[in-house]
Amino acid sequence: MKKTLMTSAMALGLALTAAPSFAETYFPIIAKGFSHQFWQAVKAGAEEAAARNGVTITFEGPNTEAEIDKQTDILNAAIAKNPQGLGFAALDSQAQVPALQKAADAGIPIVAFDSGVDSDLPLTTCSTDNMAAAAAAADGLAKAIGEEGKIAAVIHDQTSATGIGRRDGFLNRIKEAYPKIEVVDVQYANDALKATDNVKAMMQANPDLKAIFASNEGAAIGLAVAIKETGAKIVGVGFDSGKTQKDAIMEGTLIGSITQNPVGIGQCVVDSLAKAVKGEELPKNIDTGFYWYDKSNMADANIAAVLYD
Amino acid sequence: MTDTTVDGAQGAKPGFLTTAALQKAVAFVVLVALLGFFSLFAPNFATGSNMVGIMQATAVNGVLGVAVTFVIISGGIDLSVGTMMTLTAVVAGIVLTNLGMPLPLGILAAIAAGAFMGAVSGFTIAELKIPPFIATLGMMQIARGLALVFSEAKPIYFNDTPSYQLLSPVSSISAIFPSIEIPNGVMIMFVVAILSSIVLTRTIVGRMIFALGSNEEAARLSGIKVNRWKILTYAICGGISGIAGLIVSSRLNSAQPALGLGYELDAIAAVVIGGTSLSGGRGTVTGTIIGAFIMSVLTNGLRVMGVQEEWKIVVTGVIIIVAVFIDIFLRKKS
Repeated sequence: MKKTLMTSAMALGLALTAAPSFAETYFPIIAKGFSHQFWQAVKAGAEEAAARNGVTITFEGPNTEAEIDKQTDILNAAIAKNPQGLGFAALDSQAQVPALQKAADAGIPIVAFDSGVDSDLPLTTCSTDNMAAAAAAADGLAKAIGEEGKIAAVIHDQTSATGIGRRDGFLNRIKEAYPKIEVVDVQYANDALKATDNVKAMMQANPDLKAIFASNEGAAIGLAVAIKETGAKIVGVGFDSGKTQKDAIMEGTLIGSITQNPVGIGQCVVDSLAKAVKGEELPKNIDTGFYWYDKSNMADANIAAVLYD
Repeated sequence: MTDTTVDGAQGAKPGFLTTAALQKAVAFVVLVALLGFFSLFAPNFATGSNMVGIMQATAVNGVLGVAVTFVIISGGIDLSVGTMMTLTAVVAGIVLTNLGMPLPLGILAAIAAGAFMGAVSGFTIAELKIPPFIATLGMMQIARGLALVFSEAKPIYFNDTPSYQLLSPVSSISAIFPSIEIPNGVMIMFVVAILSSIVLTRTIVGRMIFALGSNEEAARLSGIKVNRWKILTYAICGGISGIAGLIVSSRLNSAQPALGLGYELDAIAAVVIGGTSLSGGRGTVTGTIIGAFIMSVLTNGLRVMGVQEEWKIVVTGVIIIVAVFIDIFLRKKS
């Protein structure tokens, strides 16, 4: 808390003087939200890298991932502070390009993260390859049901890049690699309670369902609760982590899940900005990685480090 | 639950159904028709387990609907019930998990927190004369913000309190009647509805709430302490939202601080579909419960039929408009 206060105070100081000083390199980091566990982990990574690089950061985001206009306001306010660099996770890959252009015109280096921006303004993008990650979820799910049978998916969002990427990554992989698996239903639910009732209705409509994929933490909680409530013998595969999902995997309610590397994303943003300030070249994309995890490897050091409660 | 309602300042018209009762009857017919339709056209819809699933999907919205019914009958509105639910769930999490207190204290704390915050809304409306729409819009944000602050933006889990499961997923009634596997969350909804119906139709509190909604000025002139009753009305609404908070967090075995936004609109929709007038003075709890069931039967049935999520949202919107149209139509006739 103290740290955030201090960084905000510093940011305010910078905004008032609007004079870039070499002693205090300041990067505003603008996420898609802050209340979700995932963003808290990104923030932790960014703060760690900021301390390591001796720079000051602020970490902000809108209340919900639907508030594109509010995020644009936050972005404009950040650019007005004339920072030495800018980290940005776009809620809409196209709508915010004009605002970013302003930053680029002012000579502020931009690093995109989480989801990309449809332009070459960002020097690099630190993100999970959502298509590849969801394909790995499809592989894990297919293996668990002997590569045949009816399956379904519950996706957290039908318009965002992560929602579309994970849905298509999952469905494409099933279609290409597992001809004996039939996807009978794809539904959307943006919170855990709605996902629960949604999954139960899907099970009801398809009594011979063998497996369900859930595309984020909220959807996975709903999937776990639904399997528990119905006692159905259905293979559940999740995405991201959180205590409910970890417990469900330990109990066997879910067989496994995909974790991104949110701490790594946060570190990548700040490290890349620090490199950009020093004039170092950056690759166009930095894949921050993902892991399939299940009961057998949850305790492994490299996996446990990126899982959160 | 009875059909007694006060229709306008004059009370129920003798001899025939009151408008609210008539509209409630219409809502009931719609519900039965929907059940019949889906039973015929959605395979696997009409099974015992799906009926239990529908009831469970109704519990949270039904309880929130009952909460906001009190306020709407009194001529007000409460937009904060959704995030209030979240805040009270977080309060239960803090008391039970972080402080390690016994279950009854957690339940009490959640309901008390809701009632207190509701009373604060009521105070700003009654004493500070802030319009209910604005006051509760503010409270909606305050409750959401506090839920994030208190929980440090992280879910709070109830793993240390296994008895917390008693509040929603466990079915205590099936221990006595093994064939009735209705989860406790659903039973709590019915108990809340019955008690609320009694309070609204059989007690002085109910009479005052109807009087406020029918004609606040007349109520004031006849010596009723309008402000006090208003504050009480919002406190009741907040307290019942607390019960919804307990049900939702018990079912998810966690208080999810980011959940709840938008739930107030579903609750208000259930109230409106159930025939309670948004202009106050007229309405029933039974109607609200029927309204909540119409919404969840529709959602479940369309899903079981395999209708796209997007169209499901459109249909729900149409149903709300039709319900309000029936409301206006019946009022004109009477």
